[in-house]
Amino acid sequence: MDEILLTRALFGTTMAFHIIFATMGVALPLMILSAEILYLKTKDKDYAVMVKRWIKGFAILLAVAIPSGTIAGVQLSLLWPGYMKIIGEVVPLPFQIEIFAFFIEALFLSIYVYAADRLSSLMRIVSVSLVALGAAASAVLITNAHAFQNTPVGFRMVEGQIVDVDPWAAFFNPNFVVAASHVLVTAYMTGAFVLASVAAFKMLKAEPGSSHFIYYRKALMLGLIIGGLFSIFSAFTGHESAIHLHLYNPEKLAAAEGLFETTSHAPLKIGGWTDPERQEVKYAIEIPGLLSFLAGYSFDEVVRGLNDFPEEYWPPLFIRLLFNGMVGIGILLIMLSVIGFIWRHILKREVFPKWMLGCFVVSGPLAMLAIELGWLFACIGRQPWAIYRVLSTAEAATTAGHIAPLFVLFTGWYVVLAIITALVLYFYFKRHPLAEDIPIS
Amino acid sequence: MTDALLAITMLWIFVMIYTVAAAIDFGAGFWAMFYMKRKRNRATAMANRFLSPSWEVTNVFVVLIVVALYSFFPGATFTLGTVLLIPGSLVLLLLLVRSAFLVFAHSVEKYKALLTVTSGVTGLLIPAILVLVLPIAQGGFIEVADGLKRLDFGALLTSARTYAFSFLAVTSSLYLSALFLTDYANEAGEKEAYHIFRRNALFLGPVLMAAALSIVGAVRREAEWFYANLEANGILLILSLIFFVVGYGALFIPHGKDPSRLGRPRLAVISTAVQYLLASAAYGMAHLPYLVYPLVTLESGFTHPNTFRALFLSFIIGFLILTPGFVYFWKMFLKDTGYLKQE
Ligand code: HDD
Ligand code: HEM
Ligand code: HEM
Repeated sequence: MDEILLTRALFGTTMAFHIIFATMGVALPLMILSAEILYLKTKDKDYAVMVKRWIKGFAILLAVAIPSGTIAGVQLSLLWPGYMKIIGEVVPLPFQIEIFAFFIEALFLSIYVYAADRLSSLMRIVSVSLVALGAAASAVLITNAHAFQNTPVGFRMVEGQIVDVDPWAAFFNPNFVVAASHVLVTAYMTGAFVLASVAAFKMLKAEPGSSHFIYYRKALMLGLIIGGLFSIFSAFTGHESAIHLHLYNPEKLAAAEGLFETTSHAPLKIGGWTDPERQEVKYAIEIPGLLSFLAGYSFDEVVRGLNDFPEEYWPPLFIRLLFNGMVGIGILLIMLSVIGFIWRHILKREVFPKWMLGCFVVSGPLAMLAIELGWLFACIGRQPWAIYRVLSTAEAATTAGHIAPLFVLFTGWYVVLAIITALVLYFYFKRHPLAEDIPIS
Repeated sequence: MTDALLAITMLWIFVMIYTVAAAIDFGAGFWAMFYMKRKRNRATAMANRFLSPSWEVTNVFVVLIVVALYSFFPGATFTLGTVLLIPGSLVLLLLLVRSAFLVFAHSVEKYKALLTVTSGVTGLLIPAILVLVLPIAQGGFIEVADGLKRLDFGALLTSARTYAFSFLAVTSSLYLSALFLTDYANEAGEKEAYHIFRRNALFLGPVLMAAALSIVGAVRREAEWFYANLEANGILLILSLIFFVVGYGALFIPHGKDPSRLGRPRLAVISTAVQYLLASAAYGMAHLPYLVYPLVTLESGFTHPNTFRALFLSFIIGFLILTPGFVYFWKMFLKDTGYLKQE
């Protein structure tokens, strides 16, 4: 493998690892806040127990989220010095403002966790709201830098020199709001489904009708309702992202859709595999005109195909799979939460069938997979550019060498740490079972 | 003051705050490990009570410094990013282990010892490697060939400066944290822990001085330009030495309320902090105009003026908003006797 590919692999692995914990770091405060508010309103002690147990899980996950994020942040400069030189000169604002978001989160998290017994219930809600705010802000701001890579504005390049810098214009680049809202909403959705997964798994083993069964059912429904709501939002914001691709990064949309010829009345193709030789998508279900309609709300909308662009600027065509995977999971999870909601609240059933619980158990891992696919799609689909039409990935990368051993070292470390984290969660909750807080009855 | 000078001053202040906060944080991790085995000893509990809420806030400073460096001085990022790949990566890996294990040690009773030892040991290795940024930026370790810059590991590993700086970083960590924990134990009314940490500080003070002198000696032989500039800032260094003596001496003044106990820990902490401030000011000023000798200067690395203005504004607003948060945090964990005295 060449050094640039290795560099990409190393950074991609760091991000893929960080994002799992970061997503939970964004979503869990919202879930904890919801449970705090429910407890305040219903005085149902189950919700207080939920808060207590979720906080513990949150603290353990953050112990990995924070250092892995620090790695991501520092690796940006170590691995992509060419990229950070431009970022530093043109859009450092999101990174810098993010620091303040980190501080807010770190300060109030410590207060919320380690001073919990000394806080009034109002101060508890204020603290956890600030934690949630800090986490959301950090996700939004880091996505800003990513959005800038897709729609770089606020400066001009003249003979390799950066001139006419307007850092606020770069900050409010066209892709910012869309990308940030999609990232935030999908993080909330994923965290909610992960908690629903855990609850469903426990329900499979609990005695139906027992106090524990009822506790886990409350957690499940909270997860499904919040997860379902945000999965609908994520479809809307995702659709908005696709429109932005149509406007600003047309070759990425063309690769995602396997569209070679520029055309109006472009069909939407679902599933299948792009064949570059014959310039078609094999084994796909085609819906005539729908792609044009989705991209511009009119069947006459002209969607540009790959053949409009020189082949060296084509993104890798397999990104279509990543895109379809993400969208497919999104739609599946919307349906799943609707089914769960109808079963419990409209049909008023007390117990869920085993197959349905089984589906809920996989919902969290699937949502996390969609997050990974989404990032891979966004980053790989931008190739060969690190900053679209400004800086190629090759120019961005480090020339220091020695990437291969670092790749092995970091990846091995992540694997070991992932295993240890899982064990720590397992041991902790095994030593502190639910029966400690709620007697079985 | 030019914009670039303002920027480097801000950056240097962040580095200062981090140096002191991180030294205490890393050192406290070491003491938590060192006194772990002795059962009835309160020293470990003391160190842990400080560490639990504070490591996260300290960690944000790492990010703050990196971000401030590449946003104020993108021109230096390219060089530093390239040559620091290996040492930087090592620090990152150690940081990941330390932070994770620090938290895990509180969650899993069964492997507590192993987790605490690992986070204690990595906590000493991190400053030892992290500090190498300083000798590298002083020059002598970067090779330039075909326009590419590389770190010369052979030179780095055989240089006296490397070991002198690492030695200073580790002893600083231990000395500062011992002083700080003496004060913390005093605040909490923990007599036994107080004596333990005071004794450690007494032992480490002279070691710290030896480390500082070894750096001066090594720099004199290996980085003449820097040594000459240091001499020009001699007054600051002498003042710094005076504050060290005051801080160390404060450990022998009889305690206010309880004359049988020796030491004024608050005075010791404050004057030692002033000592570090002065020494770093001397160091920083001696380094100018170079960021990375002789490749990058203050002006050649500086960001676009528009960007600097936006950054400066957002720093001011950000810290204004955050200040109440820091104050609240301080009250909750560093002053509140309910927290300090808990079991
Ligand atoms: C700050 C913005 C940012 C964010 C939030 C992410 N990335 Fe990224 N990614 C980059 C910024 C970036 C980059 C630094 O700009 C890279 C390096 C070169 C490039 O073109 O993009 C990159 C490359 C890159 C590559 C190699 C690209 C390729 O093979 O074409 C992978 C696999 C990932 N990333 C994966 C991820 C994943 C899984 C992420 C989320 C979890 C993620 N990235 C978030
Ligand atoms: C290149 C991309 C990214 C970089 C460079 C990055 C950087 C960081 C850094 C430096 C930290 C540690 C902060 C600290 O010391 O407290 C962190 C933590 C975190 N990151 Fe990321 N991050 C990236 C992507 C993301 C994304 C996409 C999300 C959200 C979906 C996210 C959410 C978080 C959260 C929630 C934390 C946890 C703790 C905290 O805020 O203190 N990050 N990240
Ligand atoms: C349901 C329909 C969905 C559609 C139409 C959709 C659409 C998109 C598009 C077009 C992008 C690329 C943006 C770019 O490259 O600039 C994207 C990115 C992304 N998607 Fe989705 N998505 C959907 C569902 C989901 C789901 C369910 C998740 C995760 C739970 C998810 C997570 C992400 C992430 C993390 C990114 C990368 C960040 C970004 O570029 O905004 N998406 N999505």
